[in-house]
Amino acid sequence: MIRTPMQIWGAPIVLAILTTVGLISALLGDGIWDALSAVTLGIPCLIGAWYCLRRRPAARGQDCAQG
Amino acid sequence: MSPVSLRRWGWIHKWSSLVCTIFMLLLCLTGLPLIYHHEIGHLLGNEVEPPVLSQPTPPGNVDAVIASAKELYPTKKPMFISQEADVPEIWHVTLADHMHDHDYKPIAVDARTTKVIVEPAFEGGVFMSTMLALHVDLFMGLAGKLFLGFMALLLLVAIVSGAVLYSPFMRKLDFGTVRKERSSRLKWLDMHNLLGIVTLTWLFVVGGTGMINTWADLMYKYYQHNELSSILAQYKDKAPMPHTASVHDAIEKAKEKLPGMRVAFVAFPGTDFSSAHHYGIFMNGSEPFSSRMYQPVLVDAHTGELTDAPQLPWYLKALLVSQPLHFGDYGGQWMKFLWALLDIATIVILVTGLYLWVKRGKTANATAKAAALDKTTGAPVLAREGGA
Repeated sequence: MIRTPMQIWGAPIVLAILTTVGLISALLGDGIWDALSAVTLGIPCLIGAWYCLRRRPAARGQDCAQG
Repeated sequence: MSPVSLRRWGWIHKWSSLVCTIFMLLLCLTGLPLIYHHEIGHLLGNEVEPPVLSQPTPPGNVDAVIASAKELYPTKKPMFISQEADVPEIWHVTLADHMHDHDYKPIAVDARTTKVIVEPAFEGGVFMSTMLALHVDLFMGLAGKLFLGFMALLLLVAIVSGAVLYSPFMRKLDFGTVRKERSSRLKWLDMHNLLGIVTLTWLFVVGGTGMINTWADLMYKYYQHNELSSILAQYKDKAPMPHTASVHDAIEKAKEKLPGMRVAFVAFPGTDFSSAHHYGIFMNGSEPFSSRMYQPVLVDAHTGELTDAPQLPWYLKALLVSQPLHFGDYGGQWMKFLWALLDIATIVILVTGLYLWVKRGKTANATAKAAALDKTTGAPVLAREGGA
């Protein structure tokens, strides 16, 4: 099945927005702003690591070196 | 996307990244310890700690601070004195023969007792100074900086072209698919695409701000020769006067002029941040953003009179905003940790990219052919090959 542009770009756009919020929020203040930044920058890291390291049922289970 | 434009983007992506990859690997590897330069400095004992005094002592006279430092090197002149926001007990005094003296002397002086604390390890010790030099200019000064800036530009081209290619490669795949069960080439291709799209924004920002930083020296020079010299037109034909005015009083004047701000550093006459006749007193605020936005106050180094407090031009403001976005030093320990993770993810992207090029093989002889379209579905061969 061919994916629509929205199916292809939906997740990347959300991640781009999260990253942008994370990069800017820590510039605006300390405390809560730093925490917001940690969460919004952390999500792309987690997602990258998750898809890299997960073992799918059919897979032979090779891991990537690092997320 | 038509096969022709796909092939063009593939060519752009291949060559822009191949040329810069080895330097980007170097920048990622040297950048990793730089994220933690404070922590590593503490570990190696190269970070200066203010001595514990028996009783609370107010800040001493700044002129006495400079005099104490100069006693160690009577022939050298002060270039800068600076204070970190969270360590007001220490003045860092830089002595040198001239602005571009490689044998400059950093000296830490107690701001309260005005006694020298220590002559700190040069640029944080051999390890950190080597990492920094490799990261900033490859030991080649301005030429090295501009070269790395050009490599950063190629990285930006590689990121944009990579993003363009992402879409045709993902036509038959769900987000995050890593086909581990087929060939190892396919697995690394999927990993390259996944990590590339996940880190896209971060890497673009860090690469772009890194590129801007390589132009810093040029911007300072431009500032000095344009804005600063027009502000100081009255000084144009003035003979150099002895710099006898008190730095301490100059700082007090600057504080009066800009109440609520603190002194970040003072640039002495003859440096890129001041004129031949002025102390450039750079004030900043305490918020994450305002602490980056320096506000200079120019005080005549002979008469001690306040000359002007000009706003920095837009390009220097842009430079100052771009610096934290490159360093990742503005959001505490979590940000540093994520910066390190994203740096490692970038290393994986670079290595897998190189691997994919080396192992381009028959099915996908270079990215150009890899991107050749299946006539019936319009999907790239590699996407079809995986079958998802």
